Amino acid sequence: MSDILAVADHRRGELRDVSYEIITAGRELADQTGGELHLVIISGTVDEFAEKANRDGVDVIHTVDHGEEFNHDVYTQAISQLYDECGPQFVLAPNSVNGLDYAPAVANELDLPIVTDTVGLESDGETLVANREMYGGKVETTVEVDSGPAVATIRSAEWPTAEGTGDASIEAFDADIDEDAVGSSVNGFEEVGGGDVDISEADVLVSVGRGIEEEENLDIIRDLADALDATLSSSRPIVDNGWLPKNRQVGQSGKVVTPDVYIAIGISGAVQHVAGMKGSDTIVAINTDENAPIMDIADYAIYDDLFDVVPALTEEFQ
Amino acid sequence: MATHETMMKILVTVKEVATVEDEFDIDGTAIADQYLGADLNEWDDYAIEEAVQLQEDGVADEVVTVTIGPEDCEQTIRQALAKGADRAIRVWDDSLEGVDLLDVGAKTDILRAVVEEEDPDLVLSGVQSGDDSFGATGVSLAADLGLQWGAVVNDLEHDFEDGTASVRRELEGGVEELTNIELPAVLTIQTGINEPRYASLRGIRQAQRKELDVQSLADLGVDEGVVEGDLTLTGMFEPETESDVTVFEGGADNTAGQLADLLREKGVAP
Ligand SMILES: Cc1cc2nc3c(=O)[nH]c(=O)nc-3n(C[C@H](O)[C@H](O)[C@H](O)COP(=O)(O)OP(=O)(O)OC[C@H]3O[C@@H](n4cnc5c(N)ncnc54)[C@H](O)[C@@H]3O)c2cc1C
Repeated sequence: MSDILAVADHRRGELRDVSYEIITAGRELADQTGGELHLVIISGTVDEFAEKANRDGVDVIHTVDHGEEFNHDVYTQAISQLYDECGPQFVLAPNSVNGLDYAPAVANELDLPIVTDTVGLESDGETLVANREMYGGKVETTVEVDSGPAVATIRSAEWPTAEGTGDASIEAFDADIDEDAVGSSVNGFEEVGGGDVDISEADVLVSVGRGIEEEENLDIIRDLADALDATLSSSRPIVDNGWLPKNRQVGQSGKVVTPDVYIAIGISGAVQHVAGMKGSDTIVAINTDENAPIMDIADYAIYDDLFDVVPALTEEFQ
Repeated sequence: MATHETMMKILVTVKEVATVEDEFDIDGTAIADQYLGADLNEWDDYAIEEAVQLQEDGVADEVVTVTIGPEDCEQTIRQALAKGADRAIRVWDDSLEGVDLLDVGAKTDILRAVVEEEDPDLVLSGVQSGDDSFGATGVSLAADLGLQWGAVVNDLEHDFEDGTASVRRELEGGVEELTNIELPAVLTIQTGINEPRYASLRGIRQAQRKELDVQSLADLGVDEGVVEGDLTLTGMFEPETESDVTVFEGGADNTAGQLADLLREKGVAP
């Protein structure tokens, strides 16, 4: 009972990056517990995925050849059965949208505690100690899980991807999937956020967040974008409110952007937002809150009221 | 319009979340009280709205909310009632006093008892709560009860043909998954699925007269032991920052001038 069982994430024929990150997280943990790292790949072209995921640090790869795309019931059943077979100490899943669709069910099924969205994991072999944020990233916490097996989900982009070819043994796991218990089915996928502008093409983005307060106030941001000859983008709440179309949203569920200059105005820098813009060359933040998480990745900052700074900045370019 | 033979009953899980001021101090493993505020969880606001719209569309005939929380949070619960929920259940117990209740299993045990008592066709919860952001309770609850589920739903069709919910699950990178889910089910609701209303004055007045039923763990037949939980918060600290941010100081005209110089240097709007 010292092994780690990690679950790979894939979608529409591609292994997602977090699958390689979870290998790193799992390896680190397995080194601490003194066990092996098992990776399980469920559904899709499992043999091809297994080959790709066979990187340094993985001891065993289990493949479950069942269906094409993700289904949470299939995942829950397969992982639970594999758990019973391998008896790992900890189960790691990605804190992806799909991870959150099965990991809590796996924990429930196996009667294990779960700690989600972890950014650090440590263990003496018995007890899992996790680091995770609270209050939208304002604080980090240490959470100790009672001694014994547990399920944890890992935040994406927190661990480096595993590199180097590995020599894991690849084993087909013959999961006994009860189709009658599968109560949901996927009919397709749709890409959203298309349209006339592609913010991921822009060199300069003026990006606005909830600090703008009212739809009417967007005008001062538009004026700035015009003056700078920049493209307008936003955080999620602005799109949720219907003030800007979906194709303007930066972040995990919007677009990933890498402009030369990203000006974040009244944006706190929640992890799902940062996922979409941390690759920008120069990040400027205008925010009244010096402690806002955006400051961790900003290169330049003005700690002041956007309603004062933005019009003054626009004026500089007129 | 409803093709679901009978009208649906909807249970919405509603949490009052803690909010933190910009400047704060940490006291042990918590934010010091004076820097904390309280609010209706953002995601639950969308779940409430979806339920109320289902009722307005003639698909549902009853919307009940359930909250685990002390008396202090009744104001937040009344907000849900003011927006159109019919009645509320608040679960509280002396044994819950001062407990962080991070443990998903504990929340599941408590909410399961309420779902069993209410027997809804649909349970709507938020994707996550804004304070501890576990994002796991809805799915755990469904799995525990043997209900179907869908996590991170940002669109729900209101016709429920053949007792099935047609939803979109919002995946990463602007991709949505079109999924059918058999009822009864738990859906975790994502922001943006609708536009949550503001409570009207009339709604606020009516909310005062709506039923808000308080239940203890014993009332629900839940063992007090669940409160123990498997998770303990042992530390809280401000995240270490690798930040080497250059801060422009001065009044707005001054800082705007410095930023303008920088932007010109970077070749913006030369
Ligand atoms: C599954 C999932 C997916 C998500 N996907 C995305 C995504 O793709 N993109 C995304 O952005 N979010 C996403 N989110 C939401 C994310 O968690 C945050 O809620 C969101 O990014 C917050 O947006 P914000 O920074 O604009 O608002 P807030 O967090 O409310 O921040 C507002 C900021 O404005 C500042 N401010 C207020 N007034 C002023 C003023 N007068 N002058 C200057 N500053 C001011 C405040 O100090 C604060 O820092 C997702 C969440 C989930 C659960």
